[in-house]
Amino acid sequence: MFLSFFYLLRSSGLKVSLGEWLTLLDGLRQGLHESTLSGFYGLCRSVVVHSERDFDRFDQAFAEFFGDIAHHEELPPELMKWLEHPELDEQELKKLSEVTNMSVKEIEDLFAQRLQEQKEEHNGGRRWVGTGGHTPFGNHGQKLGGIRVGGNTLYRSAYRVAGERKYRDWRDDNTLDSRQFQMAFRSLRQLSSNSDEPKTELDIDETIRKTCDNAGNLRLEYTRPRKNTVKMMLLIDSGGSMDYYRELCSLLFQSVSKAGRFKDLKFYYFHNSLESRLYLEPTLDWKKTVPTEWVLNNIPADYRVVIVGDAEMSTEELLSGSMTADGAPEGSGLSYFLKFRQRYSHLIWLHPQSRPRESTYWTQTFDILDRYFDMYQLSLDGLTRGMKKLMVNH
Amino acid sequence: MTTAEQFRGSSEYVASPELLQAANIAISLQKPLLIKGEPGTGKTVLAQAIASALDKPLLIWNIKSTTKAQDGLYVYDVVQRLYDSQFGNAGVDNISKYVKLGKLGQAFSSEQQVILLIDEIDKADLEFPNDLLWELDRMEFHIPETGETIRANHRPIVIITSNAEKELPDAFLRRCIFHYIEFPDQELMAQIVRVHYPDMDEALLSQVLRAFYWLRGLNGIQKKPSTSEALDWIQALLLNEVEPERVWPEIPYAGVLLKKNQDLDVLHKSSRERA
Repeated sequence: MFLSFFYLLRSSGLKVSLGEWLTLLDGLRQGLHESTLSGFYGLCRSVVVHSERDFDRFDQAFAEFFGDIAHHEELPPELMKWLEHPELDEQELKKLSEVTNMSVKEIEDLFAQRLQEQKEEHNGGRRWVGTGGHTPFGNHGQKLGGIRVGGNTLYRSAYRVAGERKYRDWRDDNTLDSRQFQMAFRSLRQLSSNSDEPKTELDIDETIRKTCDNAGNLRLEYTRPRKNTVKMMLLIDSGGSMDYYRELCSLLFQSVSKAGRFKDLKFYYFHNSLESRLYLEPTLDWKKTVPTEWVLNNIPADYRVVIVGDAEMSTEELLSGSMTADGAPEGSGLSYFLKFRQRYSHLIWLHPQSRPRESTYWTQTFDILDRYFDMYQLSLDGLTRGMKKLMVNH
Repeated sequence: MTTAEQFRGSSEYVASPELLQAANIAISLQKPLLIKGEPGTGKTVLAQAIASALDKPLLIWNIKSTTKAQDGLYVYDVVQRLYDSQFGNAGVDNISKYVKLGKLGQAFSSEQQVILLIDEIDKADLEFPNDLLWELDRMEFHIPETGETIRANHRPIVIITSNAEKELPDAFLRRCIFHYIEFPDQELMAQIVRVHYPDMDEALLSQVLRAFYWLRGLNGIQKKPSTSEALDWIQALLLNEVEPERVWPEIPYAGVLLKKNQDLDVLHKSSRERA
């Protein structure tokens, strides 16, 4: 019966692993739940949940599962008995092996290994490992209906704690993990000691050489630690149709600035399509701009360039300009895009959403730009592939 | 509970029952206790309180942005050894003389069980927690220079604090007992204040709490005042012998509670509205 709580937690979106579950069982064997439901609630939560954002999810699952008995603080004797002897029977082991893709043998081995790792003695010994014992509640799926046990509520019952859902504010289903984005940017690395850092690392080869030259009298030589020399420039589409992706873009922005540790990092903004000037602020303040040509002339060609935008704009914005012989009209958005492509050999395009399957007016520009640029979707996978591409010339 | 050692809070530290339970779970299950919470809710002080309650030495490893996992294990002082070899000092052959254990290494090799506080782990590099997984799991590490393996004589009680500046890796989180310190409610806060100022006037205390929680509830406050700031504020009030009637609604020495200009402006604005 207890195992079904495990599945309920997993199905409610908590990433409970077998390891944590074993830890929980271990805790129960040691009596850390203090034989009360609120104690049990506290034990479960501190082992299984790892962020205050998940407290609400846990509370809901807990209230759903233990709702019927939770009005009483004392645990019903049957549950108590089970908690004191949390043995796994064969069926439960089988079920566990289905979810975790491990064989029954592997799980048993893991149990045994766990027990041995513990240096302190436990009264439980290895008795509960796969003995085919029998739990008082049968196997699984049953809710604890109809059990009513008296008892005085000492202080707040676990059900009330869980039922209050006071962690609701922290729940945020849309939280994208910026950590993973940051890790993707990590791959953009080109280490070199050719930097202006202070010399802090002992240079062993040079020390030996200098010391020999110095007739064996020690001469210490230091060198600069190797640092990332990758320089980045981001051109970000802001405002208009990009407003829908504001959160995604700010996540990207944060990840780049936090994790990058790039030698240099520049941000410029544009609206829909490149024009003669680039904005310095995402608010698109006309007073804070630089000429696009200035950027092209002054930012060296070894910068890695990432253009972030949905590539959907009116064809006018992209193409209108005085016609020239070779393709892109002079002064048009496309001509500026192509100038960047020409100058910077490491350049990719990130778009926040995949191209709609049907072609519409708005996808025309997407298709045009797709011909010239390596486009990746702004997702973990797309970003990772894009970063790989950024390390090699296009 | 079978474990002989249990943390019950201490005379200087008032912990919520949930926190006590989490601490005891971590101690019994021999897992690191990961503490998150608003700044100033006493994350760091907890380790000190546990150390003094269990009467064990406390080792503090303060994490900075440049800290590497290796620093916590050991540092091999090559340069000192080279210098010593120049002058033929005794013991140059003995590499272990130049291997200095870091905080984690000290905790492992200590003769008695210690409390190890890894403070503000989120300050370090992204990979930092992952680099410590093996050491925290197995409680041992190898020093290639001396061929020695440092194994924990007594599994230290590890307490880790985080201000949630960075997300921690899943693999690391899975190994921890997690507790989020909530901001204390008025009742708990009153207890905390009484621990620090036992002779405080009840009338003053109730006024202080009223003003303090009103301030925290104000719309538009960017940095809410914390427990430690409340304690500082009370000290300021006591030192200047402020009358209880003046505390609310006047809120003297608000600068102790609010550190940002914008927040002080918000306070003045809403004070005027109330007047």
